[in-house]
Amino acid sequence: MASAPPVSDSSASFPLQIDTLVKRFGMINAVDGVSLEVRAGECLGLLGPNGAGKSTAIRAIVGRVIPDSGRITIFGAPADSAAARAALGWVPQELAVYPRLTCRENLVAFGRYHGLSSSQLADSVAWCLEWAALQDRAGELARKLSGGMKRRLNMAAGIIHRPRIVLMDEPTVGVDPQSRNRIFEMIEVMRAAGTAVVYTTHYMEEAERLCDRIAIIDHGRIIATGTKEELVRNAFATRSQVFARFVGSADQIAAWVASRGGRMVDATAEFTVARSTEIAGLLDAAAKSGLELEDVSLRRPNLESVFLHLTGRELRE
Amino acid sequence: MILPILHTAMVSLRRDRAALALTFVLPIAFFSIFASIFGGQRDTTPKVTLILVDDDRSAASQQLVRGLERESSLSILLRPPSKDNSVAPDYTEATAEAAVKAGGAPVALIIPKGFGQNPIALGPQASQSGLQLLNDSSDAIAPQIVTGLLQKAAMTSMPASMAEERMKDSERYLGELTPGQRNRMDSYLADLRVREKSGALDSPSSSSGAFSGVIPVHERAVVGQDKKSPMVSFYAAAIGVMFLLFTASGSAGTLLDEADSGTLDRVLSSHVTMTSLLAGKLTYNTLLAFLQLTVMFLWAWAVFHVDLFSHIPGFIVMGLCTAVAVAAFGMLLASLCHTRAQLGAVSTLLILIMSSVGGSMFPRYLMPSAMQKAGLFTINAWAIDGFTKVFWRDQPVTALWPQVSVLLAIGIVLFVIARRIARRWEFA
Repeated sequence: MASAPPVSDSSASFPLQIDTLVKRFGMINAVDGVSLEVRAGECLGLLGPNGAGKSTAIRAIVGRVIPDSGRITIFGAPADSAAARAALGWVPQELAVYPRLTCRENLVAFGRYHGLSSSQLADSVAWCLEWAALQDRAGELARKLSGGMKRRLNMAAGIIHRPRIVLMDEPTVGVDPQSRNRIFEMIEVMRAAGTAVVYTTHYMEEAERLCDRIAIIDHGRIIATGTKEELVRNAFATRSQVFARFVGSADQIAAWVASRGGRMVDATAEFTVARSTEIAGLLDAAAKSGLELEDVSLRRPNLESVFLHLTGRELRE
Repeated sequence: MILPILHTAMVSLRRDRAALALTFVLPIAFFSIFASIFGGQRDTTPKVTLILVDDDRSAASQQLVRGLERESSLSILLRPPSKDNSVAPDYTEATAEAAVKAGGAPVALIIPKGFGQNPIALGPQASQSGLQLLNDSSDAIAPQIVTGLLQKAAMTSMPASMAEERMKDSERYLGELTPGQRNRMDSYLADLRVREKSGALDSPSSSSGAFSGVIPVHERAVVGQDKKSPMVSFYAAAIGVMFLLFTASGSAGTLLDEADSGTLDRVLSSHVTMTSLLAGKLTYNTLLAFLQLTVMFLWAWAVFHVDLFSHIPGFIVMGLCTAVAVAAFGMLLASLCHTRAQLGAVSTLLILIMSSVGGSMFPRYLMPSAMQKAGLFTINAWAIDGFTKVFWRDQPVTALWPQVSVLLAIGIVLFVIARRIARRWEFA
């Protein structure tokens, strides 16, 4: 199996370290002072809505975008160095494979582009085909594969040179749940082998399932970082969320919800309570205000709640 | 319902510059090119270059030379173009033949010694002192123009010789003139000679087609005399280069596909640099173009008997240089364009114009001189000239240096420009 050329491997060198990265496109700050690091063997999730700056940050790391300022290092080496490129794998959001080449030919081509020797290539192609469960389709043209298989080939092409840190930019876009699970398994295998992963997504469930730590990004800024539990605790402490729907005038409902410190999200009133016993008082006040309750539920906050709490917007807006 | 559809289509067309160019610019450009070539505009009619060798240097031959020099349709060369301000010696029969073989002129006229003694051919001795017309058989038009103008010049510039020759014929067949008749005849001839010298007979309107064929002309092809199909090798190169340009631009368009699909970004994130990527694609497109030319000439050899195998070195040199130039041209177009559709439209526009001006559709010698000069800015013209040297004139590889130099220079310059423009893909 191929291995990356030597890079600084001191314990002080993170697989990825970003320091106040800034990238502007005209008047738009696509990435606005992002700083973060990825630890060895860690899966860091970059969670944010479309247009939040996730892909721009990833493209800056792989050298496809020149930052206006900031510093990026891979195992201590500048991101544009040969050593960093060898240690870094990238799975772009697009299906960036050659449609008229077979799976095997695609992997060989990208392996050669990464400078693998013939012997390294043979081992690595075999490993990648097995990893992506594409052995049976090795001789199939890429354009004839199903959507899920194309995604897996896209991922395999990104790690053909066996990088020690892999950037995955929304690798599950447009795939069915079965293929998505298969992709999760592939990532877990990779992580078990000690590879650090940066995983961008706007799906909260994916971030919760795969990531050790999550950085929430919005308008080009990291607005919170931590494990899922840390993020929820920092945003809500031990409080829970109450969701209630009422029958009646929307304006009247909204005014009452605001007066009780809640907010309306998609015709649902949302309140944060420290204890579940507070629900009774809330519903009693609603009845006294002439609002007819339709349904009510109590829920522990999740990443979606954290994002909403921090930005005032839903993750998938 | 028709109006909204019409509006949508018109707005779409207005915003599609490539489609607009194909719709309006290409037809106008083509019309202008063809109109210039075949429209009969007098001030742009192509002149035939004629090498003239006067070995006789008699009064009659000099009159004929002057008569030909007065023809506006001819560009007379008495000696090679001077270099370094030194005047080159006049052409001889040998150097004139060599010049026609080398493509310096499509036709040469040799006035042999003794022509002046019997310049007009009306009797059985007509062929004895005839003029020699050396021609390049790839140009079927030039010898015919020269032959026609030759007869016209004889009629308008040598009337005394004409009259004298006819007098001799009369005496030969009807008996000698009486002294009185002889005196009147001599007086008339003297008058004619005075008028010849004074130029009073120079008016073109004094000529008449009724006397065609009064000067015997022996025509001899010095190039292509043993070729079975004079124009086949020309068209193999001419058509070949045009389609090479189409293939090269289409093939270079994979760059746009890769940019579109994200593959280009992925490749550039590996150890592959933009320069090595473009160099790799240039190499591929060069080999593809050379293979395409090879297939074309093999077909021409198998079906049309073009003598490919006697010209292998020249074919390889010209084929590779042409392939480099067209491949770089394709790379430049691909780097300039933003979409496949744009590339298709721009390449069609440019290639058809280049091919028509550069001689891929009809020989450049048919074109006005200004257009012939414009053709020198095209890959087609240089490639066709080179292949003509190889297959038509049987010239050695060393004679290809101008074409090789220009085509390689075109290839290098276009590639450097393409590389510079491709920076837009390198980084955002």
